[in-house]
Amino acid sequence: MKGATVASRYGGVFVLAVIVAVLPWFLPNSFYFDVVINSGIAAIVCVGLNLLIGYAGQISLGHAGFFALGAYSSAILTDNLGWPPIVSLGSGLLVVALLAFAIARPILRLKGHYLAMATLGMGIIISIVLNQEVDLTGGPDGMPVSSFSLLGQEVDSELGWYWIVGGSLIITVWLALNLIDSAVGRALRAVHGSEVAAQVAGVDTTRYKILIFVVSAVLAAYAGSLFAHYTGFLTPSEGSFFRSIEFVTMVVLGGMASVFGSVIGAAILTALPQFLTVFHDYEHVMFGLVMMLTMIFMPKGLLPSLRNWINKRTS
Amino acid sequence: MSLLEITGLSKSFGGVQAVQELEYTVESGKIHSIIGPNGAGKTTLFNMVTGIFKPSSGEVHFNGQDVTGLPVHELAALGISRSFQNLQVFFNMTVLENVMVGRHLHCRREFLQSLLHTPAITRSDEGARHRAAELLEWVGLKAYVGDHADSLPYGALKRMEIARALACEPKLLLLDEPAAGLNNKETQEINELIQQISERGITVVLVEHDMRLVMGVSDHILVMDHGKKLAEGTAAEVRENPDVVAAYLGRGD
Amino acid sequence: MSSELLQFLLSGITVGAIYALVGLGFSIIYNASHVINFAQGEFVMIGGMGTVFIASAGAPFPIAMIGAVLLAVVIGISLQKLAIERARHASVVTIIIITIGASIFLRGLAGVIWNRDFHSLPAFSGEQPIHVAGAVIVPQSLWILGVTVAVAVALFVFFNRTMIGKAMLGTAHNPFAAKLVGINTNNILILSFALAAALGAIGGILIAPMAPTHYQVGIMLGLKGFSAAIVGGLGSGPGAMVGGLLVGIAEALAAGYISSNYKDVVAFVIILLVLFFMPSGLFGSRASERV
Repeated sequence: MKGATVASRYGGVFVLAVIVAVLPWFLPNSFYFDVVINSGIAAIVCVGLNLLIGYAGQISLGHAGFFALGAYSSAILTDNLGWPPIVSLGSGLLVVALLAFAIARPILRLKGHYLAMATLGMGIIISIVLNQEVDLTGGPDGMPVSSFSLLGQEVDSELGWYWIVGGSLIITVWLALNLIDSAVGRALRAVHGSEVAAQVAGVDTTRYKILIFVVSAVLAAYAGSLFAHYTGFLTPSEGSFFRSIEFVTMVVLGGMASVFGSVIGAAILTALPQFLTVFHDYEHVMFGLVMMLTMIFMPKGLLPSLRNWINKRTS
Repeated sequence: MSLLEITGLSKSFGGVQAVQELEYTVESGKIHSIIGPNGAGKTTLFNMVTGIFKPSSGEVHFNGQDVTGLPVHELAALGISRSFQNLQVFFNMTVLENVMVGRHLHCRREFLQSLLHTPAITRSDEGARHRAAELLEWVGLKAYVGDHADSLPYGALKRMEIARALACEPKLLLLDEPAAGLNNKETQEINELIQQISERGITVVLVEHDMRLVMGVSDHILVMDHGKKLAEGTAAEVRENPDVVAAYLGRGD
Repeated sequence: MSSELLQFLLSGITVGAIYALVGLGFSIIYNASHVINFAQGEFVMIGGMGTVFIASAGAPFPIAMIGAVLLAVVIGISLQKLAIERARHASVVTIIIITIGASIFLRGLAGVIWNRDFHSLPAFSGEQPIHVAGAVIVPQSLWILGVTVAVAVALFVFFNRTMIGKAMLGTAHNPFAAKLVGINTNNILILSFALAAALGAIGGILIAPMAPTHYQVGIMLGLKGFSAAIVGGLGSGPGAMVGGLLVGIAEALAAGYISSNYKDVVAFVIILLVLFFMPSGLFGSRASERV
């Protein structure tokens, strides 16, 4: 029993690490690097979002707001105030953590549709502020962001970014799997399964919901900050309602309550539009269809459905 | 010695009085039952004792401490646990994990250490896993330990809930209709299980409709009707009580 | 009352009436199925865009309007039959994602099949402004208010005086009992989606002469309609009407007195405040906990 959980916890991380380590040799040009780096950034958001939605059962339709806040904090502090990027990153995460903590309590008292609507409203308010505060953010036209540097070393190569994002993703996945397989993780899943039974078992459900909301917001902000420095240019569309829905769709497609599913979902939905540019006009149509069809025919998502299928075949 | 003391406890929903001015004492180490027709307020009483509902008025004392209106998880920490009339299973987890949630308060759960899964966390988890497996075996579910909760039959889920409640190491265990939906053989097994739980020194309060089970197992019975106490005493006393015969047993319920 | 204030109130009531129509749609579907249809805003878009494109194919405007409403109704019924019904027993999160998926799908389709430009409909009866106590009101506003009142009265009669309307209310109240007395709850669901789609499309047609329509117009109008339904109390018809007017007026006042840039924030701030402090809304009977 013990061996099984430890193996499943580290086996997957090991496979992911191997893939991240060898992938650069198979990427023919910078276009592919770009797709993979963007997939990795989205995957970090989705792993965090899945902890909230898939594991703890609390939906959020506003996480792009945290992603964008992380991105803009880094951009504004680095470029407008001249702070070192790493300090801006840390400050951005702190700001998002405090904001998420402040709104978590009233928001997470809500359930189901009401929670969806409240998180959506929160995300849209953030998005409107980013659009309107032109002096700070450049408004709808966006703002440039200088590149990331660490210990005086500027990160300017694609490969450099690849390792930063890849490393961050591996660590994120590892931490998430550790968390899930602990008393804290079981408490979170219990909140999803039956809030009242969790409370009877001694779980302070409010506390855990707030905790995971803040954690997922901070992960989104971290990914947003990487994204800002990586792309070098930000527009408020990074915080839009559609972006929030994109993240949720990645989680849902990959599989609720499946960490690796989130990585796969993020990779598929980031890569697909890039390789199907002929169908660019149909991007929304495709997204909408993926959401509907996954939920109707494969509500558990890709990875868990695949796992069920394999289990059935082998047993 | 009394473990639970309820004085003047009332709960109303809108204009409906679900429980009215109830006085009730649960003696430590005994098996208590609460009976009464549907809507008599039995589950509402359980919900108030476990903190799910806040009483409209009155007081609940547990182990000599005023616990009226405390949140559910704090009452759990003090030693009150329960099962549910309509199952409250974590269907998104395995049977073992369901019971491990019951060990929550006995596990190490520091956030940063959990993220890193430090050896201390691993050890504490091992302890919880071991204890949960032990309890599952004890309630007769050894065969299901690794299964997903949503693959279990109804009767097994009822036992799993009891194992989860026991995992909290409660002083007081409230069982809400543990025999509902079970056949005779299963009911007999639940009967034995309740006695074994009591032998472990856990005080049991039972809400149940199965009269054979109630009469056979209880040291003390409280009869409720329309949110009020109709009678209380031993099985024999309750059976003889003319009010009970008229209002409840007489109806052939 | 200053003429300025009167002006803001008039424009707030006008746009609020549209929110009310959209909000009514949310409430009708919620009552029948406990589903929040996040695609409700797309019916508004289909109303406006549909009319534009049916008319551009040569149909006279009244025919084009009827055609657009029918189109929305057909899409609404398909949404219920093809998507929602198949996921009847799914979790709330699943259903939310399905309806959001439907909304993105419909929006994308509109962008591809029609186009991504802004379109206007001509006002129903001229553009000559009418002066009222120092404020100005365009005839289209009167159309919007008139049609909204007419729709409200028609719905009131429908739900309180006709068998089928009463059956719908009964189903909302207790679906199981409704089945027992022989109501076909499946038909009720279809009817609710049809009705909600029609209401949204009517709203979209009414507003198109005042605010240009566009394939993405449904996002904001849908969300604001939803905030109307929330403010009034989810599931309450009168609540959605009052909620719509309140949101519209609050928005117009904020735009006039505070900042027109932050006009769109108002509806969402209201949503958050209502959800935090008064989760069952003004007229709602259900607390949020029940969902």
